[in-house]
Order: sequence, then structure tokens, then C-alpha cells
Amino acid sequence: MPSSPPSGMSSRHSLSAQRRRAAMWFLAPMLIALFCVAAWPLLRTIYFSFTNTTLTSLYDGKWIGFDNYLSYRKLSSGRVIWRGTLADPAWWNAVWNTVRFSVVSVALETVLGLIVALVLHQNFKGHGWVRAAVLIPWAIPTIVSARMWGWMLNDQFGIINDILLNIGLIETKIAWTANIETAMLAVLAVDVWKTTPFMALLCLAGLQMIPKDIYEAAKVDGVHPIRVFFKVTLPLLRPALMVAVIFRMLDALRIFDLIYVLTPNSKATKTMSVIARENLIDFDKFAYGSAQSTLLFALIAIFVSAYIWLGKVDLSGEHSK
Amino acid sequence: MAEIELKNLRKSFGGLEVIKGVDLEVRKGEFMVFVGPSGCGKSTLLRLISGLEEISDGDLMFDGVRVNDTIPSKRGIAMVFQSYALYPHMNVMENMAFGLKLAGSTKEEREARVVDAAKMLQIDHLLERKPKELSGGQRQRVAIGRAIVRDPRVFLFDEPLSNLDAALRVQTRLEIAKLHHDMNDVTMIYVTHDQVEAMTLADRICVLRDGLVEQVGTPAELYDAPNSVFVAGFIGAPKMNFLTGEHAKPYDCATYGIRAEHIDICAQDEATWTGSVVHAENLGADHYLFVDIGVSEPLVVRQPGKQFTALGTEIGLKPQSEHAHRFDGADRAIRN
Repeated sequence: MPSSPPSGMSSRHSLSAQRRRAAMWFLAPMLIALFCVAAWPLLRTIYFSFTNTTLTSLYDGKWIGFDNYLSYRKLSSGRVIWRGTLADPAWWNAVWNTVRFSVVSVALETVLGLIVALVLHQNFKGHGWVRAAVLIPWAIPTIVSARMWGWMLNDQFGIINDILLNIGLIETKIAWTANIETAMLAVLAVDVWKTTPFMALLCLAGLQMIPKDIYEAAKVDGVHPIRVFFKVTLPLLRPALMVAVIFRMLDALRIFDLIYVLTPNSKATKTMSVIARENLIDFDKFAYGSAQSTLLFALIAIFVSAYIWLGKVDLSGEHSK
Repeated sequence: MAEIELKNLRKSFGGLEVIKGVDLEVRKGEFMVFVGPSGCGKSTLLRLISGLEEISDGDLMFDGVRVNDTIPSKRGIAMVFQSYALYPHMNVMENMAFGLKLAGSTKEEREARVVDAAKMLQIDHLLERKPKELSGGQRQRVAIGRAIVRDPRVFLFDEPLSNLDAALRVQTRLEIAKLHHDMNDVTMIYVTHDQVEAMTLADRICVLRDGLVEQVGTPAELYDAPNSVFVAGFIGAPKMNFLTGEHAKPYDCATYGIRAEHIDICAQDEATWTGSVVHAENLGADHYLFVDIGVSEPLVVRQPGKQFTALGTEIGLKPQSEHAHRFDGADRAIRN
């Protein structure tokens, strides 16, 4: 029978078919869960952004195309009026705030996290305890730490003003979180305080992957420690560092809770997430807020893809060796 | 070339003493092998000499100068690690040149030196490759090459062959021996747990046990005149046969040792021991017979050729008494 494959072949085929079927069954719960909690809300939001839905009538929205993003109307006087998110200065202010916050905070956290990790990587007495203690800022819920820092930075009763006054660094009390010039500084400081431990932990995991014997080889060969750091440690840590930066960048680009609690309604710190929520809920411009959410999603997606592509980050882990 | 002297060297980790006072002299240009079972402190001893571990007590002298507090790079040593310790992100050239810092030398001079060493080890065609693109044997050569370019006074090898397969191990062993010869007999200290490596490479062997020197001598000395039951059992394959109790009594000792090749098969009426063959191993050039003479472990007898002796055959055995080893109750050798 020329049409049927040899028996050996067919049994192998059915074996791999069985494996595929088993894999599907194992994957199904995750795929269903992901669809429910990630894909569906995302698709809904994107859909809403093309309608005129409001919070009060979620199911009565009509399709209005790209009007929430950008539209124009020619007045009888001949003037053209641009409308939509992309023509909204408040939106572009939020974009600028978000990008500025993300770049500065992630850069600071990476450098500081790496330094902390290098210290924690050393074997000193009680390093286990120190490692655990360092994680505390990260373990505290953001709302709690934001409130805590809010009080510490308070212009009237805050301990930070008190200390700075006493040692003579400032002459009058500063409203750190309310002042338009210092609000971003305050947010950055708190975020660095809070997330440096996370960065340090990821760097430490990367450091522990580097075999110790190459450091001994460098020691026997008399290579200067600073040269060892830049020529050996840093290149070998790069993959772990790239992944850590992606994680942090994803987090930073969608920052919401810290800013919402610490500097509510400050033009200097309002980020894309904050402004999107404002439109969605406070201003009852549900569709408009959806458009902003969609743009935020697109921005993060583009940024991360570019970063992975430029850095050739190996997220699959197949080539890391 | 350097002369190394260890004077009552000690090392403790916390409360645990692992090197318990080692006295040893390594002569100029000598190939010294530290051998012993795992946990005997041989690697620790090497790391003390290299400076990677701090010496707890005693003196370490290089050419008569105390180097206890000299950092590794100033001791004039080069070390080949068990795991090779190559920098994974650098190619072979960079790996070999990385530690090379010569006063006033240019990049070209350094590279020329690397190329020379690479040619000597026949890895000059691999200079652009990364370690992960090399085989185990090639990595091993790069590690040795990295040590050679530094032109050290002392070479330290920490079990360099243990990650290679059997065939490659034999081949690399030969090359290390040749290297020692070619490099104007530079001083080399080599750590291994494999007594065959020790026997084939060493000018002198230092057998270590529980952080102490058990015996130092040439391979022949250790083989022919072991100081203790431990050395007698550790050096030589198959392991020396030991008889204790009733069987040792006629020889006026606590333990009677006889190597497998020093036992002859003879007629049962003139035999010292008789027993049945319980197992036979054919190695081609010779074969081993395991003979049960009524003690806990069968006696191993080495015979040339591959003549077949059926299992269960009763045979008579006689030791070549001039090659026998006698040990007292403290396991020390009794010399006549």
C-alpha cells in the first residue's frame, strides 16, 4: 500500500500528535485565564477608544472612528480646530512627565541597585540578614510608603524639612510634594528608595551566576579590580541587567499609585496612567480615557520591542551560557 | 624556576583545621605532585601556595623569601584551574592576553607572545573562538596557554585533567609532561586525586592524608617502599593486597602487603595460600584473578597474557617474599 506510511513512521507521528494534544491541554487553562484577564480588557479598551462611550452608558457608545485620537473641524471663519488626545497639551505634558520619570528613575535605580548588589555579593558576617533587610522598602505596599513619605516630606510637620533646616541646608520650609519644582524630585526620590532593592536583587542574582573561579584567575594574574569589574563583571552581568531594566521600565512607564497618592493633581508629575484614569473616571470621558490608555499601551509595546531588538536581549534564555 | 619551602604550614577555616602543619621542600625545576583522597587538603595546600587562601600559621618561602603576605600576582605564579576558569565572553586571544601586563609592552608584543604560546600548544588556529566554541581539551590548552604567557616562576595545576574523558586525559598528561621538559624545567606543582597521573608525571610525589604529609618521594620510592599502609594502598593499581590477623602472623607483622604482580601461581602442595578463583578480569596484555583464600577480600593476582582460568578453579598462590611489605600495629612500615 503506497499511500500508507510505514508502521514505524505512523507510530512516531501519533506519539508526537499525542504530545501536542497533551501540551494543548496543559496550556489551555493558562490561555483561557490570560484571555479573560489580559486580552479581553485590552481589546475592550481599544474598542471603547473608537466610540463615544461614557461611564454612565457603557453599552450605548457609537463608533466615531479616530475622533478621540485626532480630529479637526473647520470653522466658518476658516480656522481649523484640532481636537482629540494627540492635540491635547495636557496629554503631551503627561507623556513628557512619564518619559522623564522613567528614564531618570530607572537609570538611578540601575546604578544604585548594581552598587548595592556588589556590596551584598560580598561575604560578610550577617549578609543574609542585610539582604533581607534591604528588601523591606520594596515589600511595603506603595500606598503605605507613599503616605509615609508624604508625611515625612510634609511642609509643616515633615521630618525632612526639620532635618534640613537644622543642619542649615535650607532656610525656609519647602512644600516638597506640592511645589511644582520639587514635586518630580520627591516622586523620583521615593521611587528610587522603593525600587532600588528590587534592582539590587535582580543584579545580585546575575552576579551569583558568574563563576567565582574566573575572579580567582584574575587575582592570580594580578588584574586590577576596577579593570575586572568593567571587563569581566559588567559584560557577564549584561544579560541580567538588560532584563532587569526591561522589568523596571515596564513598571515605570505605567507608574500610577505613587504619584496619585504622593502628589495628587500636580501638573509636574501627572503621568499617562494618571491622566488616563482622570479622564476615564473623574471627567466622565470614558472613550477619551480609553484612547489614552491605548496610546500608553502602544508606547510601552514600541519601547520594549525597540529595547529588546537594540539590545538583542535573549528573553528565551536559550543562548545564555 | 623557584625553590619553594613550606615550614609547618597550617590552615584553619573557622574552628576546623584542614592543613595541620605541613613541612615540604619543592626543589628548583621540580615537578611535584600532591596526591591524596578527596578532603585530604591537597587543593587547599595549593591555594595557600598560590595566595588565594590566607595562611593561618607557618612560613611559605619562595627562593628563601617569606611570601605569606605577598599578594598572588606578586608571587610569580600561574595557575591552571580545574574548571579552566576562562572568561566566557572573551575569545582565546583575549583570554590569554587579559592578565598579561608587561612594563612598557605594546599590544603587538603581547599578542606576539600569545601567538607563540598558542603555537606551542597547537591552538593558534583557535585564537578567534570563544570558550563555548571549544572542546574540553581545547579549553584545557587555552588555560595552560594563559599560564604559559605569563612566564611564571611556578606553575600550579589544580586537578587540570579531571574534566576530560579518559583518552584525552592520557594525551593531555603526555603534553603536560612534555611542557615541563620544554619550559626549561620550570617548577610545577600539580594536584590530583588520581595516582596514575601522579606516578606518570611527577619527579616527586607528596602523598597527603587528613592535612598532613604521609610520605614524599619519587614515584619508584613510593611504589617500592611505602612508609605506611595508607601509601601502599593508595599508590599502584590494582590496589595492594593486605592480609591481617592470622594470615599476617607468620610474617611477624600486623599487616602483610603484597602487590598483585608479586604473587605467583604454583602447585597446591607448595603454595602459601590456596583458594578458588571467584572472578577474572581480562585487560588484554595481562589479566587479574580474584582468589578467595578465606579472608574478607579476595586476593588479586596479576598474570601476563590472557590465559583462561575457569571460575571456581582451586589454585595455589605463593608471594615473592622479597617484594612483600610488612607493617606494624600502627600501620607503619617495618624495615629490615
